[in-house]
Amino acid sequence: MWNTENFQRLIEEPAYRSIIGRTVFMAVLVTVTDAVLAFPFAYFMARVASRRVQTLLFAAVLLPLWASYLARVYAWILILNHNGLLNWSLQSIGLPPAEIGYTNVAMWIVFSYIWLPFMIIPTYAALERVPESLLEAAADLGARRWRAVRDVVLPLALPGVVAGSIFTFSLTLGDYITPILVGGAGSSFIGNVIYSNVGIANNIPFAAALAIVPVAIMAVYLLIAQRLGAFEAL
Amino acid sequence: MKLGALAAVMSLALVACGTTNNNTGNTQAPPPTANMKPLDKVGPGEGQLNLIAWEGYVDDSWAKPFTTQTGCVINAKYAGYSDEMVSLMKSGGGGQYDMVSASGDADLRLIYSGDVRPMNEKLIPDFNTFQTYFKNPPYNTISGVHYGISLQWGPNTLLYSTTKFPNKPTSWNVIYDPANRGLITVPDNPIQIADAALYLSKTQPSLGIKDPYELTKPQFDAAVKLLTDQRPLIKKYWALASDEISLFQNGDVVVGAAWPYQTIQLKAAGAKVDDTIPTEGATGWGDTWMLATKAPHPNCAYLWTQYVSTAKVQAEQALFFGETPVNTQACAQMEALQAGSCAQYHANAPGSYFDSIHFWKTPIPTCADGSQNCIPYDKWVSAWTTIKG
Repeated sequence: MWNTENFQRLIEEPAYRSIIGRTVFMAVLVTVTDAVLAFPFAYFMARVASRRVQTLLFAAVLLPLWASYLARVYAWILILNHNGLLNWSLQSIGLPPAEIGYTNVAMWIVFSYIWLPFMIIPTYAALERVPESLLEAAADLGARRWRAVRDVVLPLALPGVVAGSIFTFSLTLGDYITPILVGGAGSSFIGNVIYSNVGIANNIPFAAALAIVPVAIMAVYLLIAQRLGAFEAL
Repeated sequence: MKLGALAAVMSLALVACGTTNNNTGNTQAPPPTANMKPLDKVGPGEGQLNLIAWEGYVDDSWAKPFTTQTGCVINAKYAGYSDEMVSLMKSGGGGQYDMVSASGDADLRLIYSGDVRPMNEKLIPDFNTFQTYFKNPPYNTISGVHYGISLQWGPNTLLYSTTKFPNKPTSWNVIYDPANRGLITVPDNPIQIADAALYLSKTQPSLGIKDPYELTKPQFDAAVKLLTDQRPLIKKYWALASDEISLFQNGDVVVGAAWPYQTIQLKAAGAKVDDTIPTEGATGWGDTWMLATKAPHPNCAYLWTQYVSTAKVQAEQALFFGETPVNTQACAQMEALQAGSCAQYHANAPGSYFDSIHFWKTPIPTCADGSQNCIPYDKWVSAWTTIKG
C-alpha cells in the first residue's frame, strides 16, 4: 500500500534530521575547503609554474588517486589517533596533544584530502583556458595583478570551480565508509543509515525513502551548477 | 523476498504463545520448515560443500583433513556480520549454500524465514557429550526441533587497560561513567541494547527486566535512554574486532565491551589489558551450524557437522579463535594443545555458569508470558540508529 509514512518518519524524528543536516553541512564544508585550497594551487599550476614543474605537480595531484581509497583513509587514522603522528609531533615540540582522532573534525580533514584532486583538475582546466590577451588588456587598462585575478580570472574560472564542487559535494554526500572508519560517536551519514536499514533491519522501503534525500539535494545542486556554467567547463 | 520473510516472522510471532524453557529450547510458533523431515542416515558425500562462515571457522588446519577423509571439497564464503549471513542465505533463492555458522542474533530470523531446516541430532555422535545447555539452546531449538547443531560460544566481556584500572572493575558501570568520557568503546550492533538492559536489570530492579532480549516498551525506553546518555562518552562504536584492537593499542580508549578474541590478540601483542565478566553478568554469543532448506549437498553437510563436533576439531577451533567448545570432551584436547586453556575458556564450566551468560537471540514481539508487548528487532535497529546519531 502506498503511503508517505516513511517520509513522515524522516521528517519527524530529530535523529534523522540531524543526520541529514550533518551530511549536507559536511559536504558544503568540504567543498568550500577544497575550493579555497585548490584555487591558488591550480592558479600556480596553470599560470605561474614552468612546464617541468607543471608536470611534477600534475603527477603529485594524480598519483594518490592510484592508491586505494581505503589505504589513504587508514593512513589518516594512523596520523590522527591518540598515539599517532600528529600527537607525536605536537608533543615533540612541547604542545598538548590534539584529540581529533575519531571525531567530525577528523572526517572533515580526511574528506577534504581525499576529494581535493577532483577540485584541482577542473579548476586548473578552467584557469588554463583564460586567454593571456585578457590579462594583457587588463594590465593595459591599469589593473594590477591582484585586481586582474579578482575581476578577470576569477569570474572566468568560476565555472571550473563549480564543476569541481559537483564532485566534492556529491562524493562527500554519498560516502559512508569514511564515517565508519574515521568518525566517532555521532558521525553517522545518510549513507550509513541507508546501509543499516538495508543490511541489518531489512527495512528497504525506509532506506529507499532516505535515498531520495541525496538525490533531491543533488538535483537542486546540479540545477544551480548549470546556471553557473559548470557543464561548459567540464 | 526479504520484506515478505520479515512479515512472515511477525505474523507467525503474532499467533505464537508459550514460554521459554531451556530444556526444550524455545516454544514459539512452529517455523515454516518445522515439518520437513530431516535425514535419517548420512549417505555418501556429494563431493562439494558450500559454507557461509565467520572468518577462521573453516581454517585449512582442520578443513583439509576433512576433505581428505570425506572427499567433500569446501567452498567457504566468509561473512563479516550476522546480517550479511542472513542476506547471503537468501541470495539466489537460497539454493546456493549448504550451511551457515550463524550466531544467536541471526538464528531465529533464519528459522522463521524458512531459510534453514531441522537437523537430526542423532546423526551427530558427539552430540551426547555436548554441554547440556547447548543441546537445546533457545536460539536454535524450537519445541524440541533442532534447527542446527551448536558449535562454539563465548561471552561478551569487559575489556580494560590495566594501566588505567589497576584494580579489576567489578561492574559494567565503568562504560556508563562520565569519568571515562572519550575513552570508551562499545560494539556498533543493535544487540548492544541487551547489554544495557542486562545492566539495568541489576541496577534498576524496579523496571522488572527478566530477559534482556524480551523488553516491554518502558524497559526498552530505559535501556535506550541509558545508551543515549552514554553516547557523548563513547570514542567510537567498533564494527570489526580489529578496530577495537587498534583503538586499545593506540591508547584511544581504555575500557570497552569486547570478545575474548580481542583480549587474546592484544595480550599477544604485549598490550597491558585484561578482561572480566562483571557482577551483573554478561551477554554472550552461541554459534550454530545450520542447514539450508535447499542445501544442494546435505550429506556433505552432515559429514561436516559430525566432523566439527568431534572433541579434537572443537579444541583446535576454540584455541584458534579464542572461544569455547560445546563438546565437554574437548577439554582434554585443549589442555594438550595449550595447558590451562580449558579453565581459561570456561570449557569445563558447571551448568550454573550459564545462568550468568545471557546468550544472543533475535528479539521478537512475543514475550515470555505469551503477550505481544515485546519490542521486535527492527525497532531495536532503528533505535540504535537514533542512539549513535
